Amino acid sequence: MTLKLIQGGFDRRTAIFLGLLFLIVVGVSVLSLGTDADSPLHVSSYSVALLGKYLCYALLALSVDLVWGFCGVLSLGHAAFFALGGYAMGMYLMRQIGTRGVYGDPILPDFMVFLNYKELPWFWYGFDQFWFAALMVIVVPGVLAFVFGWFAFRSRVTGVYLSIITQALTFALMLAFFRNDMGFGGNNGLTDFKEILGFDVQADSTRVGLLVASAVALALGFIICKALVNSKFGKVLIAVRDAESRTRFLGYRPENYKLLVWTLSACMAGVAGALYVPQVGIINPSEFTPANSIEVVIWVAVGGRGTLVGATVGAIIVNFGKTLFTGILPEFWLFALGGLFIAVTLFLPKGIVGTYDDWKAKRRASKDAAAPQPQEGD
Amino acid sequence: MARILPSLLFFLALAWLIPSGPAQASDEALQAQIDALGTGGFSDTAKQIQALAASGDDRVVPALQALLAGKLYVRPSDKKVFITEKAEGGFTLIDPLSGKDMATSDSFSVKKIRVNNRLRRELKAALGGLTLLSKNPAARLKAAGAVFKSQDPDMLVPLEAAILKETEDKVRKALQGARAAVQLKSDVPEADKIAALKLIEERGDRDALSVALAAAAQSEGAVKAAAEATAKSIRQNLELWGAAQNVWYGLSLGSVLLLAAIGLAITFGVMGVINMAHGEMVMIGAYVTFMVQEVIRTSMPEMFAYSLLISVPLAFLVAGAIGMAVERCIIRFLYGRPLETLLATWGLSLVLQQAVRTIFGPSNREVGTPDYMAGAFEIGHLTITYNRLWIIVFSLVVLFALMAVLKKTSLGLQMRAVTQNRRMAGAMGIRTSWVDAVTFGLGSGIAGIAGVALSQIDNVSPNLGQSYIIDSFMVVVFGGVGNLWGTLVGAMTLGVANKFLEPYAGAVLGKVLVLVFIILFIQKRPRGLFALKGRAIET
Amino acid sequence: MSLKSSILYLENVNVSFDGFRALRDLSLTVKPGEMRAIIGPNGAGKTTMMDVITGKTKPDNGRVLFDETVNLTRLDEAEIASLGIGRKFQKPTVFENHTVWDNLVLALKSGRRAWDTLFHITGAKDRKEIEDILEITRLTRVKDEVSANLSHGQKQWLEIGMLLAQDPKLLLVDEPVAGMTDAETEETARLLRDIAQRHSVVVVEHDMTFVRDLDVQVTVLHEGSAIAEGTLDYVSADERVIEVYLGR
Repeated sequence: MTLKLIQGGFDRRTAIFLGLLFLIVVGVSVLSLGTDADSPLHVSSYSVALLGKYLCYALLALSVDLVWGFCGVLSLGHAAFFALGGYAMGMYLMRQIGTRGVYGDPILPDFMVFLNYKELPWFWYGFDQFWFAALMVIVVPGVLAFVFGWFAFRSRVTGVYLSIITQALTFALMLAFFRNDMGFGGNNGLTDFKEILGFDVQADSTRVGLLVASAVALALGFIICKALVNSKFGKVLIAVRDAESRTRFLGYRPENYKLLVWTLSACMAGVAGALYVPQVGIINPSEFTPANSIEVVIWVAVGGRGTLVGATVGAIIVNFGKTLFTGILPEFWLFALGGLFIAVTLFLPKGIVGTYDDWKAKRRASKDAAAPQPQEGD
Repeated sequence: MARILPSLLFFLALAWLIPSGPAQASDEALQAQIDALGTGGFSDTAKQIQALAASGDDRVVPALQALLAGKLYVRPSDKKVFITEKAEGGFTLIDPLSGKDMATSDSFSVKKIRVNNRLRRELKAALGGLTLLSKNPAARLKAAGAVFKSQDPDMLVPLEAAILKETEDKVRKALQGARAAVQLKSDVPEADKIAALKLIEERGDRDALSVALAAAAQSEGAVKAAAEATAKSIRQNLELWGAAQNVWYGLSLGSVLLLAAIGLAITFGVMGVINMAHGEMVMIGAYVTFMVQEVIRTSMPEMFAYSLLISVPLAFLVAGAIGMAVERCIIRFLYGRPLETLLATWGLSLVLQQAVRTIFGPSNREVGTPDYMAGAFEIGHLTITYNRLWIIVFSLVVLFALMAVLKKTSLGLQMRAVTQNRRMAGAMGIRTSWVDAVTFGLGSGIAGIAGVALSQIDNVSPNLGQSYIIDSFMVVVFGGVGNLWGTLVGAMTLGVANKFLEPYAGAVLGKVLVLVFIILFIQKRPRGLFALKGRAIET
Repeated sequence: MSLKSSILYLENVNVSFDGFRALRDLSLTVKPGEMRAIIGPNGAGKTTMMDVITGKTKPDNGRVLFDETVNLTRLDEAEIASLGIGRKFQKPTVFENHTVWDNLVLALKSGRRAWDTLFHITGAKDRKEIEDILEITRLTRVKDEVSANLSHGQKQWLEIGMLLAQDPKLLLVDEPVAGMTDAETEETARLLRDIAQRHSVVVVEHDMTFVRDLDVQVTVLHEGSAIAEGTLDYVSADERVIEVYLGR
């Protein structure tokens, strides 16, 4: 089913996806800013932030689908890249607080004053500049992914081994970020943000702006992924996924292909994290928990891996379900999520989009089979 | 001296709990004697101190210590004597015998009992006599240790007396050590000091090191040289013992990892199934222990000592049964799809955790420790707790039992046959699907057993399993998949490495370093320490 | 045996797995343009030999030279493949989720680096070449079919087609007719003979009729070493060969 997408170029599905995304975001923006708060059509800033959050998750799911669906690398550590991007953005937002913090220190964030820091740690330098923080959002996850991938792929660690190591990676980072002396706010993380690029993060217009930014990032990510998997590069990638050693005997170096996609995917996850943080208003080490990474994988599985659209659809559906569920029956959410994991792998291995594609292909095949018969009678 | 007050109080409480001989005075008489400290001049007080010392009753120790520290006050209104602690706006008055808070008082209605230098000497001698001559050997040992640390020259005389009277070798040795320490601070001849250093070296612990270092700093000539040599030798010795202690802690941690990983070595190593719910099987084992103890507590408390013995087979059966059910209902549909298995079992682990949380609540559950698991003993400067020792023994027993099952029983033979060539095994009449279920059940059951052991050293909560799952996988991967010896070596290596890194890097960073090390190691040897080489495993 | 004028040269190659010696002092020379058939019972070390030549397995010792000068033991699979050694596996391994056409595009001689493929466009010359190969392997009709849907024989041919697209100097072909019908087998023999006109080929095969059809020099492997070499008739007469293989 992946093939149809690849061959189709910028197919109908891509157009529908991008168009729908555009309509929803424009619609929500207009309804949020253009209506009175008591109007029945009004969209609250809470809902705007929620939608923005979903779109960030969708971008994260897209990045996981790129490596898992097309390259066969099941990452259980993408939350690490997401969180690192988030921390980079969080550091910028912390520096923007300035003297408005509880302790009013113009340079040091509150938690540093509280922990008796005398001066800013070196790795906080430059984060008062947005361009620098934005660069780090991509560079930090990218470099980590590159170094990790360089080692892992070169020594041909594959399959579940790789998955478990990626999980260990995010676990190790979580332990590290929980430490106060890491200089990232320890347990509490970074929060109490005031401004982003001079706009109040709480303001409705800023929320809408962040939503639009998330949508643009998602659309761009989608187009990049699509172009990538449609190229010959994408064909090699699928070949690597399906028969890695065969590609070696053809003279390809699977490790290089994996490394490139893996690093790109980590950068995308970093961007998703960076857009996520100002919309939820906090980043803390619990974002690194292995459980988060695995949850992303289930979004992709629900939507259908290797379909790109499926990943985004899955992310939005599952998270919408989570929002509903935790509101109504909070203690049963984990039952539902756990059950989802089991049900999808057992009964819907190709996910929603993949199953839909299969169903359509089957229908077309039976049509094709029916069509030539009269010709035979000729 | 004030520092050891709490420990002395403890021993006092101990002495009070254990009725000592009939010679002891009644509370009232003692109370009267203590109250008498508050009346009269210095010479009267001195007489009272001597009288209290002569009673030989170490219950009076806190009062005398308070007097020495200037914390013993008298209330003129009723001539009662109290130990005081500074409190807001005055004092808290503490009964000198029972140690209970009696009342509070402003600073005007009580009067401090004053002491002079002569009284101080009297007090120290009396205290030394009381504690060093206490009827309780443990108290005497503690007192000797306290003197060793304080190196108070005034204690020389009571020490000599105590050494003469001492009947127990161990205590006498401690007393002699204390005398040696005191001698170093006093003006005895050089030869005595050098002889004393020998005794200090023999003692060889951290306190001995500081005594030797102090002696090296304060003396000159031959004594200084001898003290420096002593300090050096003690330090080396201590480093050795420190390393030994680290190895012990490491083995202890390793045995825990081993217990958690053995079951995984079966399900992952032999069957190739990634069971992310493995940790939850461990957790279920721990909760079985909790349930067993609950039942025993309510219906037959005398059986408590056997609670763990009962829990082990029960945990095996419960976790094993759940494992078999899981294999039949979920895993068997996913053979050959390891990544999907991983996801499904992760979902299962969420469900199991939430189920336990719903039934037992999210907080930690108390699991009791039978007597034979409690306490500790020492080898040299090594402290070994019984629960850790038992867990090491237990983990090895489980490992070897499992090896025997795999090697010697027909079940083990069938398991190996099925994992090596499923179709062939099936053709030979082995019910492969049944063997799969039993193998998975066996792995899960062993995880349950691990839970019984872990309930003794970890918090029993729904999250118990989660903290072990990544570590267990690391152990199996590090040791080499499908090799139980590898699992043993892997677990112990990781345990010891963790504990050796901790002093330098801290517990968390140490763990991070170990994880990074394993990640790098897997780069070098992707198939673990004891990997099987060859064509067969390449697929 | 001389080093000169060989495309592939193995000397005293040893490989052991956990004490089991898969190859013992194996020596073998293939001349440029030659087609060589390797026969031998199961476990004789045929696949291990292929693994050693293509870099999948590193030998414990011994020399493996390609084109007289290149030491293959120091290179990995991709480097060896880029040198011009192609391999067809025993079990047909094609990229099942790709179409026949795409399989050939991937095999076609062109930039193998990730960067090259990112902006690769399949040109007219490439198309022509692929169409030719499709013709040779008789897969033109199914060129847009996903290769998972091909028959077993078609997969075998697709793999041979991929070898042709790679245009290697040396082809290693592992049991090309396993599971084929007689007609297909005959056809494959014709195809291989055709290929051997322009390439050096090493064929590992069980099927004696097929080896006879090829009509080339034969090397007999047994327990990891070459025990006889010559025409099929010559080796068939060899006492040891009869003992270990044919006579049974």
